[in-house]
Amino acid sequence: MRCGVLRFPGSCDENDALLAAGRVADAEIVSYRERDLHGVDAVIVPGGFSYGDYLRAGAIARFAPIMEAVIAFAREGGLVLGICNGFQVLCEARLLPGALLPNAGRRFVCRQVRLDVVNPHTPFTAACAPEAGSPPGAGAGAREPESASGATLGAKPPHTPPTLSIPAKHSWGRFYAPEETLREMAGSGQIVLRYAEGQSFNGSVGGVAGVSNRAGNVFGLMPHPEHAVDELTGSADGLCIFESMRRAAQGDG
Amino acid sequence: MAEAALPGLADALALGLRESEYRLICERLGRAPNTVELAMLSLMWSEHCAYKHSKRLLKTLPTEGEHLVMGPGENAGAVDIGDGLICAFKVESHNHPSAVEPFQGAATGVGGILRDIFAVGARPVAVLDSLRFGEPDAPRARYLLDGAVSGIGHYGNSVGVPTIGGEVYFEGPYADSCLVNAMALGIAPRSRLMSSAAAGPGNLLVLFGATTGRDGIGGASVLASAELDLGGEGKRPSVQVGDPFEGKKLMECSLQLLDERLVLSLQDLGAAGLTSSASEMASKGGVGLEIDLVRVPLREADMEPFEIMVSESQERMLCVVAPERLPAVLAVCESWEIEGAAIGVVTDSGHVRVLRGATLREGTLEGGSLLADLPVGLLVDDVPTYGLDPQRPQRPLYPDAPATLAADASPEQMLLALLASPNIASREPLFEQYDSLVQSRTVRRPGAADAAVLAIEPLRGGGATAPLPGLAVSIDCNGRRVAADPYRGTIEAVLECAANLACVGAEPLGLTNNLNFGNPEKPQIAWQLEEAVRGLGDACRALSVPVVGGNVSLYNEGPAGPIYPTPVIGMVGRLPDVARAGRLGFAASGDTVALVGPFSPSPVASELAKLQGRPLPLPHLPPHPRPLPHLDFPDAMAAIRAVREAVRSGEISSAHDIAEGGLAVALAECCLAGGVGATVAIPAEIAEDPLARLFGEAPGGFLLSGPADALQRLAEHTPLRTIGTVGGATLAIEAGGAGSGARIELALSELAGAHGMLAGLLG
Repeated sequence: MRCGVLRFPGSCDENDALLAAGRVADAEIVSYRERDLHGVDAVIVPGGFSYGDYLRAGAIARFAPIMEAVIAFAREGGLVLGICNGFQVLCEARLLPGALLPNAGRRFVCRQVRLDVVNPHTPFTAACAPEAGSPPGAGAGAREPESASGATLGAKPPHTPPTLSIPAKHSWGRFYAPEETLREMAGSGQIVLRYAEGQSFNGSVGGVAGVSNRAGNVFGLMPHPEHAVDELTGSADGLCIFESMRRAAQGDG
Repeated sequence: MAEAALPGLADALALGLRESEYRLICERLGRAPNTVELAMLSLMWSEHCAYKHSKRLLKTLPTEGEHLVMGPGENAGAVDIGDGLICAFKVESHNHPSAVEPFQGAATGVGGILRDIFAVGARPVAVLDSLRFGEPDAPRARYLLDGAVSGIGHYGNSVGVPTIGGEVYFEGPYADSCLVNAMALGIAPRSRLMSSAAAGPGNLLVLFGATTGRDGIGGASVLASAELDLGGEGKRPSVQVGDPFEGKKLMECSLQLLDERLVLSLQDLGAAGLTSSASEMASKGGVGLEIDLVRVPLREADMEPFEIMVSESQERMLCVVAPERLPAVLAVCESWEIEGAAIGVVTDSGHVRVLRGATLREGTLEGGSLLADLPVGLLVDDVPTYGLDPQRPQRPLYPDAPATLAADASPEQMLLALLASPNIASREPLFEQYDSLVQSRTVRRPGAADAAVLAIEPLRGGGATAPLPGLAVSIDCNGRRVAADPYRGTIEAVLECAANLACVGAEPLGLTNNLNFGNPEKPQIAWQLEEAVRGLGDACRALSVPVVGGNVSLYNEGPAGPIYPTPVIGMVGRLPDVARAGRLGFAASGDTVALVGPFSPSPVASELAKLQGRPLPLPHLPPHPRPLPHLDFPDAMAAIRAVREAVRSGEISSAHDIAEGGLAVALAECCLAGGVGATVAIPAEIAEDPLARLFGEAPGGFLLSGPADALQRLAEHTPLRTIGTVGGATLAIEAGGAGSGARIELALSELAGAHGMLAGLLG
């Protein structure tokens, strides 16, 4: 798989996404100025503060030259992953339903959170179920990162959704969609990740942390899987997102 | 020079110059300076830019060391970190702007220190901050805290540089004069290291980044060099406004210019704007500069020449470029969508000359009107330095803090009160407002270990089994202890940083410092400053750690008096393998707990003494002993080395140094961080009084946990006492003989409840 990671002025986590995707595939940076994706197999819209996010997170990046190509790529079924600011950009571009509002507490929060994989059958989460032969460190049983609070996650009972320990860091991460839209999304498997009980700090409706489009090929989430790919930095649970994409792109998912 | 009415002495005084300084300027120039020149000189001769009261003392600090690559004098110092890489780092204050407008003051403090780092060619990889506010029961202290923390996060988070650590203290003497010090680290290939010395007459001076506006006019002299009146709101127009988006583009653009070797020297614009940057570049290079103001991209059309020369608009850099490289330089600027313009030339005149409407032809400016013509030496080197008139205070300088702890409090109540005291409570509610993860290097996040740990190279995976070297950073200073004993208190701050590094397995490479003090013209403050610098020098020599650079912030006082003397120390070290970086939390039930190092705790100037409302001791009067406990450097060094080697061996489970709140608080912190209890008996021999054993403070002590035999190996090098066992869900401490009552038994949940009190302050 060749994975293109977009870079807007003000992107911050593009190199992290490049390194994370690079662990399972070839990955390269694609400038916002380009109008062509040069044949990549998947696109990552990374985190950061594109154009400073002074207007509304993602609102300007959505009009960057490269986005026309991304929208066309997504319409043709190409895999598009939006992380944090990238999720905001994809919502602004109407590739994903809903919107992201300022956190309930009105503050930027950087915190390790546990996520329930509500839909483990998407091209972005298929490798996250423990029984699916997960890559090293991914999925259930991975060590909790150290934290000042010292809370550790006990063994999970069987038959519960896989959970991932991944950091989230944002000030505009409160997912919102009208009730009817949410119901539709839930019915069609578009709600892919929810914050585990007591883990949401942003006030997202229904604890939604990550959603896909109806076709399932576009996925956005506020937490940062690219910052959870190595036990040395706290957790490797996020690696399964990239591994899922690789399998889907190569048709061995 | 065409100038209708020359400014006079009264104008010079209004701009902050002394009469003697103005007369000296007139004498050296052979005439009175005009308006533009006086504005430039008043800033260059300000305390903030010229270190008039501290320069002589700073010269006594050791600046040489085995790992030193670049010492004081450049935008940031640098040390060798192996594999052809250097780490550049520096701490700088933004105290006065933050007291006026905490959000922008702190944000631009971060922006400024980041520019210092990439000006020397290093990519910023981490920010830390050191903050001081008044007691948080005052709404103003909470407003300043909230604003400063938000401002640091706003800038650091938006530019993609992780904020990986810091410290904050709340004390009455900071109520009117808060401190906001920001430290940054960067990494660069040694070959990319860049100087700010301008070179080569005929080369061009290029200004790039944000446009120049009226923000921050006179910031260096108005704000940073005089005591603030209460309600400094009237000075708000002098506070700079930060734009992290512009800062991020400027950083990427600067690093690309250096990578492509397009510039000959690089300097950021900070205090005193273009005036200071141009003067410093010319002074370091032994050259002159000519600037044509018409070529400076402006934010506002009708700016006066002096305003353009002293504007402190943020996110600007100045570089020297060979004429044939100009198109390439401007193309890189354009690619990052930032302004760039050739505004002047390097000359061999030894003067900074400011022109308007000149023609740029073959590396020279011709014609135009001459607005200012000042020898570089007058701007930079001729500034008088002032000796201090130090006098040890005979009376207390600081009002006594009221007791907040009942006189008959039990040891358990004392421990809970200490854990809940703002100086000790968990920093998590503050740290989690910062992105500590971006750049994929952070191996120990804030709160996980005594020092933050970064992998030098971003982690890539690939099953590499070779050791991954890392950097460890700590920033520290307990101003109350420095107030009690400026010499020993400063030594303690240095030892504390070294101890923090040892706890993650790192060896110090260099340190930076920010000397925050009151008005040095007052003899007692001068004494504090002199004693602190003496302590800093002695500690650095004992540790063989050079001072690579730093900053001085004086006149931190308000109507209620001076701040505590606060020499903030930032220390950077290296560890051979981040996979073995130490943690502070107890990790495994059954592990042995050991008290390591020469530790003789005393209640003097401790956090408990503060809660009990005990006055700070007066600095010593011979033949009385000094107030703070004595520690021989060789003993301290032996403990630090032993702990470092134990952590590096990978055989022990946790390491934590004993600081505020003493042994009992350190034990509670280890339990809370690890989510597991412990049962401990403190040996009577460490202090006579059981309460001092529990809560007394002194440098030199560490708490380690791990297998008993691994710990026992430390005993060859430093005192080691086995004091207990990890396990359970309570912390039980026996500190006296049977029946003494000096006993603590508290559930982890009770400890956690007290430790989490800061969250409530932030609303």
